[in-house]
Amino acid sequence: MPQTTRTNDDWFQFRRILTDERSRGIVIQVLVVLAIVAFIAFITRNTLINLERSGLTTGFGFLADPAFFDINQPLIEYNSQSSFARALLVGLLNTLLVSILGIIGATILGFIAGVLRLSKNWLISRLVTAYVEFTRNVPVLLQILFWWALLTGLPKVRDSVSIADTAFLNNRGLRVPGPITEPGFMWVLIALAIGIAAAVVIARWARKRQDLTGQTFPSGLTGLGLIVAFPVLVHLALGQPLDWEIPERTRFNFRGGINITPELIALWLALTTYTGAFISEIVRAGILSVSRGQSEAAFALGLRPNLTMRKIILPQALRVIIPPLTSQYLNLTKNSSLAIVIGFQDLVSIGGSILNQSGHSLEIVAIWMAIYLSLSLATSAYMNWYNKRIALVER
Amino acid sequence: MKIKALSGIAAVASVLAISGVTAPAHAATLDDVRAAGELKCGINTGLPGFAFTDDKGNWTGFDVAYCRALAGAVLGDPNKVKWVNLTGKNRFPALTSGEIDVLSRNTTWTLSRDVDLGFTFVGVNYYDGQGFIGRTALGAKSLKELDGASICIQTGTTTQLNLADFFRVNGISYEPVPIETNEEARKAYEAERCDAYTTDASGLAATRSTFPDPKAHMIFPEIISKEPLGPLVRQGDDEWADVARWTLNALINAEEFGITAANVEELAKGTDNPEINRMLGSEGSLGEMLGLSKDWAVHAIKAEGNYSEIFERYLGKNTSLALDRGLNALWSDGGILYAPPMR
Repeated sequence: MPQTTRTNDDWFQFRRILTDERSRGIVIQVLVVLAIVAFIAFITRNTLINLERSGLTTGFGFLADPAFFDINQPLIEYNSQSSFARALLVGLLNTLLVSILGIIGATILGFIAGVLRLSKNWLISRLVTAYVEFTRNVPVLLQILFWWALLTGLPKVRDSVSIADTAFLNNRGLRVPGPITEPGFMWVLIALAIGIAAAVVIARWARKRQDLTGQTFPSGLTGLGLIVAFPVLVHLALGQPLDWEIPERTRFNFRGGINITPELIALWLALTTYTGAFISEIVRAGILSVSRGQSEAAFALGLRPNLTMRKIILPQALRVIIPPLTSQYLNLTKNSSLAIVIGFQDLVSIGGSILNQSGHSLEIVAIWMAIYLSLSLATSAYMNWYNKRIALVER
Repeated sequence: MKIKALSGIAAVASVLAISGVTAPAHAATLDDVRAAGELKCGINTGLPGFAFTDDKGNWTGFDVAYCRALAGAVLGDPNKVKWVNLTGKNRFPALTSGEIDVLSRNTTWTLSRDVDLGFTFVGVNYYDGQGFIGRTALGAKSLKELDGASICIQTGTTTQLNLADFFRVNGISYEPVPIETNEEARKAYEAERCDAYTTDASGLAATRSTFPDPKAHMIFPEIISKEPLGPLVRQGDDEWADVARWTLNALINAEEFGITAANVEELAKGTDNPEINRMLGSEGSLGEMLGLSKDWAVHAIKAEGNYSEIFERYLGKNTSLALDRGLNALWSDGGILYAPPMR
């Protein structure tokens, strides 16, 4: 027990800091911040000292050095004389390519599977259940290896499966004709742009008219016609300025056209089916979250099942579906880095080569993390915007 | 106000952190190894002949033998080694960080690795070069006929760079199929994902020997690069580098003087050859100079024998690799293996 009144007062003050909920909260927060900052400072210092000790330099200047290695099928101009930075860009584009293709594929597959699983047809719903349970319970790495093994087990080059002598399938991928554009082709692209713009205008007009008069207009079909038919007509009118380069057989491989490598296909299939299974569950949960009364009311008003699903159920289900869907998109993007096991040259694979050639491991790892973080944040930002847009306006 | 307080705390905290903590030191590796009572040696994850497990599950092979000799020289017991299996990608960080004391993993000695990555190569224990293997059925006799072919390659190796250089200089196009590990790259080649597969010529012979039908595959005559493979240590610890370097030199000199695992104990008692006496410690004080025991070289040689014994056991005529000594013969036998004198 404190002896004098003065120290008693001090003691009381000190105790008050700990007993008072608000000041205790501040003390704890200050301690936590202190600990975190100390930890980060320790790690940074430790790293810098060790780097200096082992004679390693840090900095991103090395990215301008030539890479000296080749990359299979870069999406942009690249050769072994290009810089490390450009090699990384090639890797990033490959990551984006497979992620976007995967997101599109997984979304379509997931929505179809999610709806089908609720089907009244016993066989269909059980088949979908089997697909979902199987794919989402097997590690995606194994699935990537499985598809790759399957694709490299396709016929060898000399026994390629020919599809109408224009496309060829073998264990080195699917080789399809590549487009060759001639000068007039620009007009076809302009026609396409006009078609898209017109379709958007018509859709808006039709919507407004329906809001005002209740009359419907087949804006979807009209739009499709404008987007597809108009450019095709312009293409024909200009004497077909778009030509196709048919792959031709050479001694070892095919030459010309575009080769879609088995690595890309395997990765895409694995990511699509794996993430699609998760998305189908999210979609199913979303649909089930919409009360039965909604569809019954729609049927009572005479709407057909198809229209009920599109206009009544899905819009309401979407607000349940979108937030978990976002994390699936993020997962898919990050899972694409498993490409490294089959040699698809994504960001991680090419970054790994650079790491090895240059020895700048810290910088490469920092770049990897920064890029994946940016991709994830960008995806989240877009999905949050979309989520807000489709959210129910409550009155 | 709040932000000011927080940044104040941050400043105090970082000062505390900076004054209080130091990083682990790597300076005296020799002392560290002695204190730990074991040598931490980085080896391949598996490459026939160079680093593989025997039927009892022990690591063995050409690269493994060097570390056993080094453990013998330093600790007097070749079995006091902790094996750390490393891929082409994580081998360098493992050495930099001090996870291993020496890297003996068929690593090519290049200027940038020596200088920029901060390592010291202690010598060359195998003079290699990059070669190619392809199916005999292709009918190609030379690499220059491989225009348009798909080539499997392990990523992150000097072979990746040599390949790009060679095909660019010769104006030949190819499809690179880069794969993370040697094992997977080999499988891809076997599945005919690629027409050819490239790696160090010694590794090719090793790989071919594991195919079900080795005769269906041919090794191309062109060797497109110099690949001097050897053990390496961290830069900045010259005493340890000396120990590692002279252990390797001792194995090579032992072959020259006819010292083998079988006769080393006998010769260590003293001979009429002063060079042998100095090396094995019955004369002079070479061991002390290195900071090792007098009989360090005896233990090093006793581990797996001299260079020739090690070579023949793991890579030579009677192994599945059946490699010629070639460049790796002693200078006196027409090769370029030449260890400085031990005096």
